[in-house]
Amino acid sequence: MSVTLEKVDLSLKYTAYYKQVKEELFEGSSDILNAQRSKAFQSFVMQGIPTRKNENYKYTNLHPSFSPEFSFAHSKTEKEADLQEIFRCDVPQLNTTLAFVYNGWFSRKSSAIDQLPKGVILDSLESISKQQPELLSRYASLADPEEDPMVAMNTAFAKDGFFVYVPKGVVLENAIQIINLMEGSSDMFTTQRNYIYVEEGAKLQLLLCDHSENQNNYLSNSVTEVFVGSNAELEFYMLQNQHNKATNIHSVFVEQQRDSRVTTHTASLHGGLIRNNLKFILDGENCEANMYGMSFLDKKQHVDNFTQVIHAKPHCVSNQLYKNVLDEQSTGAFAGRIHVVRDAQKTNAFQRNNNLLLTDEATMQTKPQLIIDADDVKCSHGATVGQIDEEALFYLRARGLDEGKARLIMMNAFAHEVIQEIKLEPLRERIDELVDKRLKGELARCHDCSYGKDC
Amino acid sequence: MLSIKDLYVSIEGMEILKGINLEVKPGEIHAIMGPNGSGKSTLASVLAGKEEYEVTSGEVLFEGENLLEKAPEERAKEGLFLSFQYPVEIPGVPMVNFLKSAVNEHRKYKGEKELTAGEFLKLMREKMDMVDMHPNLTNRSVNEGFSGGEKKKNEIFQMALLEPKLAILDETDSGLDIDALKTVANGVNALRSPERSAIVVTHYQRLLDYIVPDYVHILYKGKIVKTAGKELALELEEKGYDWIKTENAN
Repeated sequence: MSVTLEKVDLSLKYTAYYKQVKEELFEGSSDILNAQRSKAFQSFVMQGIPTRKNENYKYTNLHPSFSPEFSFAHSKTEKEADLQEIFRCDVPQLNTTLAFVYNGWFSRKSSAIDQLPKGVILDSLESISKQQPELLSRYASLADPEEDPMVAMNTAFAKDGFFVYVPKGVVLENAIQIINLMEGSSDMFTTQRNYIYVEEGAKLQLLLCDHSENQNNYLSNSVTEVFVGSNAELEFYMLQNQHNKATNIHSVFVEQQRDSRVTTHTASLHGGLIRNNLKFILDGENCEANMYGMSFLDKKQHVDNFTQVIHAKPHCVSNQLYKNVLDEQSTGAFAGRIHVVRDAQKTNAFQRNNNLLLTDEATMQTKPQLIIDADDVKCSHGATVGQIDEEALFYLRARGLDEGKARLIMMNAFAHEVIQEIKLEPLRERIDELVDKRLKGELARCHDCSYGKDC
Repeated sequence: MLSIKDLYVSIEGMEILKGINLEVKPGEIHAIMGPNGSGKSTLASVLAGKEEYEVTSGEVLFEGENLLEKAPEERAKEGLFLSFQYPVEIPGVPMVNFLKSAVNEHRKYKGEKELTAGEFLKLMREKMDMVDMHPNLTNRSVNEGFSGGEKKKNEIFQMALLEPKLAILDETDSGLDIDALKTVANGVNALRSPERSAIVVTHYQRLLDYIVPDYVHILYKGKIVKTAGKELALELEEKGYDWIKTENAN
């Protein structure tokens, strides 16, 4: 009984908090963001912070992550120093247009937003939603607060995030790289809302790197809405590299129009608790959606990938491949839902989840779910949970490789299948290297920075 | 070089080898023959260090040192090589990386300078020609998608790269056509020297036409029941194993 009360209390704490800061939330925000707040808040009140009784959060207990006394990043702070100077998320040979989000706020000061081709926008949501609200409301929101309490909470609290717009027919030569940095003087909570619009025939490669500095508890609850027009292409790489006291909840919604191609690639290298919600709606014929994910966990880390693909139109292909390597007492979950609606004939939908458990204490939950309402489709799913192949290990050792090295090679080989799907070659090489470091038990930070040595 | 004394080995409580004695001197080639299930592959695996086998008594000395207490990788680096009966496919591990690591681990162990990528590729090409390996194969993952014959050639190719003191060929001839068999035999013969030895485990006399052994041993029910020169293989080919079985019925 006391446990239940505690959980209710925790949700109450956040509802009380909303009421307390309501004015701050509304102040300075655009009408378009404010218009949704109250309703989203009501929705959050109804749902509360999800417990394991919520089927969609069955394998992830968020309550401990919400327990610390957080300070909320409701107002903008800028880092004094130039982030471009001190913080180079270094991917050798990768030319990117670099932008920063600092504690949930887009940093115009540090971002190279002027270097983009004409018509391309890379800016803060706060300012775009005020200055060009018509641009933001081009598409109906995909993130329904009623469907997920974390989305409801995000919609109620969000004030800023990044906004990326690639107009019709524009092909970006350089990738856009957004560094999402958390750095608080105490335990901190951020709520970021992002938008990515890739219009008809346009092409974008976007790399989002999540980092955290110093040893505070962080909780980030972000929502990213992505619209990809007909015949457009998006590669969206998410590199999650925070620390063990960071909780990262990221809900990504993607809508695709006909003949478009989208690839998401989620590399969870480091973090205390990571929950990735990824929902694709294939709303035009002949779309291709590729969803790749990999995670490397140790200690008591937890990663949960929750995917949904809705095949709403015929002749589309979706392909999911998720791989996890779990060491020590880490835990993981994968739940993937494929829904082929009536009349979405000639759908090809594939899903695979492979997991490598390195200890007896690590656990993995995997749950495929197919809902097929059409009759001429090709769908498959497969999941494995296993250990390193002892026969292969012996083969490598019999050629003179010591056991540690042989294991490392086997783990790298396991991840290789996902890594090779990274089309940006310099990024692929960099991630290869980071994964290798991560598997060796070394700190795999993807930047040379002067901060945090022990995370 | 190798001295096996009264070796007993079990797996999951079942005794497979029941007192093996074998002495291999430098430069010698020993063939081990015998019917299915007599313990030939167990012997090869135990020597290479496979862990699921339990040595219940006896000892094995390799160049005067206790072999059985060493890890598989140590045995390899000291010059023992097992050509696998069933080479393992390892998707995601590129052949070239694997081979280069293996060669350099051996070099490090011997106190030699590691090879650079360029030096290694040169060495690799040279050895590939020797066993008639298709260059495309080294661009793949270890044994992935290799045919049965290619897998066996790959074993001999690795042997040529690592230049072991003692090679143990575990039914390397099974599943090979006559051309591949000759290639494999050529690979083995090219390594023959007064310092190097080999143990050739086989069912058939055919391979021994090309790799001529100094001794032929017959392993039956976990024991070496007969040892003779190369003519024993011919005798087996002619008479089969039944006479051995009858002789050792008790």
